[in-house]
Amino acid sequence: MQRPFAALRRDTPGDLVFKALLALCCVLVLLLALYPIYFVVIASVSDPTMVATGRVWLVPRDLSWFGYEQILADERIWNGYRNTLVYALVGTALNLVVTMPAAFALSRREFRPRRPLMFFFAFTMFFSGGLIPMYLLLRDLNLLDNWLVFVLPSAVNVFNLIIARSFFEHSLPDELHEAASIDGANYFQFFLKIALPLSMPILSVIGLYYLVQHWNDFFTGLVFVRDYDLQPLQIVLRDILISNQAFSGGAGGAGGAGAGSYAQQYADQIKYGVIVVSTLPVIVLYPFLQRYFEKGVMIGAVKG
Amino acid sequence: MTSATTVRPAGGGAARAPRRAGSRPARHLRRYWQLWVMLAPAIAFVAVFAYVPMYGLQLAFREFDFAAGITGGDWVGLKYFQQFFDSPQFWTLLRNTVVISMSTLVAGFIAPITLALMVNQVLGRRRKKFLQTATYLPHFISIVVIVGMLHVFLSPSSGLITRLVGLFGVDGANFLGSASAFVPVYVISDVWQHAGWNSIIYLAALASVDTQLYEAAKIDGAGRFSIIRHIDVPALVPTMIVLLILNMGNVLNTGFEKIFLMQNPLNLGVSEVIATYVYKIGILSNQFSYATAIGLFNTLINFAFLMVANQIAKRVSNTSLW
Repeated sequence: MQRPFAALRRDTPGDLVFKALLALCCVLVLLLALYPIYFVVIASVSDPTMVATGRVWLVPRDLSWFGYEQILADERIWNGYRNTLVYALVGTALNLVVTMPAAFALSRREFRPRRPLMFFFAFTMFFSGGLIPMYLLLRDLNLLDNWLVFVLPSAVNVFNLIIARSFFEHSLPDELHEAASIDGANYFQFFLKIALPLSMPILSVIGLYYLVQHWNDFFTGLVFVRDYDLQPLQIVLRDILISNQAFSGGAGGAGGAGAGSYAQQYADQIKYGVIVVSTLPVIVLYPFLQRYFEKGVMIGAVKG
Repeated sequence: MTSATTVRPAGGGAARAPRRAGSRPARHLRRYWQLWVMLAPAIAFVAVFAYVPMYGLQLAFREFDFAAGITGGDWVGLKYFQQFFDSPQFWTLLRNTVVISMSTLVAGFIAPITLALMVNQVLGRRRKKFLQTATYLPHFISIVVIVGMLHVFLSPSSGLITRLVGLFGVDGANFLGSASAFVPVYVISDVWQHAGWNSIIYLAALASVDTQLYEAAKIDGAGRFSIIRHIDVPALVPTMIVLLILNMGNVLNTGFEKIFLMQNPLNLGVSEVIATYVYKIGILSNQFSYATAIGLFNTLINFAFLMVANQIAKRVSNTSLW
């Protein structure tokens, strides 16, 4: 061996075993993560009897759109979809309008009260009034059975506030602010004209966090809302997927039917379809947004 | 405003402000009122929706009076806490809560670390990226859908997993309807959903390891596993500690939504936890004071755990939250 590091390049038998094991583990992890999702997709378009007898596992068989036809005809799902869309969009807009300026203000080093204010915010991450005082407060504010309950109480997520603040702290050098103030910019102008345009990455990250949070919110509808017309998608999903409530067409209710029966199989197909329909927006957007999500975790990891 | 006053030196009071009339608060406001305006909505929302409920915790020590509201009832001291401690439910709830959260904490702690160590060994950026992307995905599925997936996969008659288990001779196992399977199903599905996502932070810590360390170790003849053990794992320790402390603060904060959705009469003996009990007692049967007391007990225990964990970490490793 002429070169001192040659030993590093050649695979010893041990290395080969290691590599084989690693590859095996990776494939296993991949299958575990993706197969359940893949299976739901193929099961949703296959003949329910084929699925129930275990003959669908790699590709869809005997294509059947029955589940999706039922779903398309079901008003509850579309009503829930529309509600969730409204709550998520309005909610996220409010979230960003409230969170970004506050995070900017908290990131200004010359602003002395920022430390006690950080404590004021962070304390709520570890201590809370709990469910009942919250319920009674919302009742007093007339927010029970009111669509604003999906938007107002969650206006500030302290975790996201801290992420955004860390970003501003690290991405806006003091010199930038100094230069801007010499040019006569006040804090409002500095924030709107310089800080905000520079913070598009973090705006997308926490915007997406908030969006997912609203999309997946089940608790608010469960506890604070009785009016079914106001319920978001997740509550409708619960009724279909878990409580086995009957579909408008009569199929879907597995309650009375015997296990493994014809009705149960069709109910399962509807469930697979509902899972796909409700998770589709997230899954489709996911590959494009993934790097933003990840970035958010990394910025948040910078200890504040 | 004159042009002189708009020049605002960054670096906090290092350069003396021009001598002007007014007390310190007045000067502070004149200089920083815009920052206060930017903060005002956030402060208002947190004050109303986080601190007002904390003020409402006094309900735990009062009789709830429908007419007089949260703060109008008579003081009853620790009556409702006593009632909770004396109730036959108390030990069951505490045990269930601790068992579920501890199992989740342990599994949810080990899995992401293992995954990160594994992914870190994968060569090739694209392959690594793909593996990461795939394992993060389940994190974004809603809890309702996760439990819905459990229902279809674990259905005693037609579920994919039930049939898979059937190959090994266990026919028609009813995982969702059995008390002994509740915790494993809860924990495993939790790991499935979050291990990938939670590994991000560990992968970042591994990415910052000095590559010279690896080369030095190889030259010293260290094998692959001993490199992982002696270089990778120590690099993760600070991150592990911070996350462990944070998780300790949630020991009694079991995921209400998932447990609630997985509950049924057959598994209620192991699946009724403090959070679901508070919901049932408070919201469904309107015993507001009693439910508030139980909730406060839960919050206090969590807070105590967080403090203790933080103190220990500070003493042992100089790592702490604050």
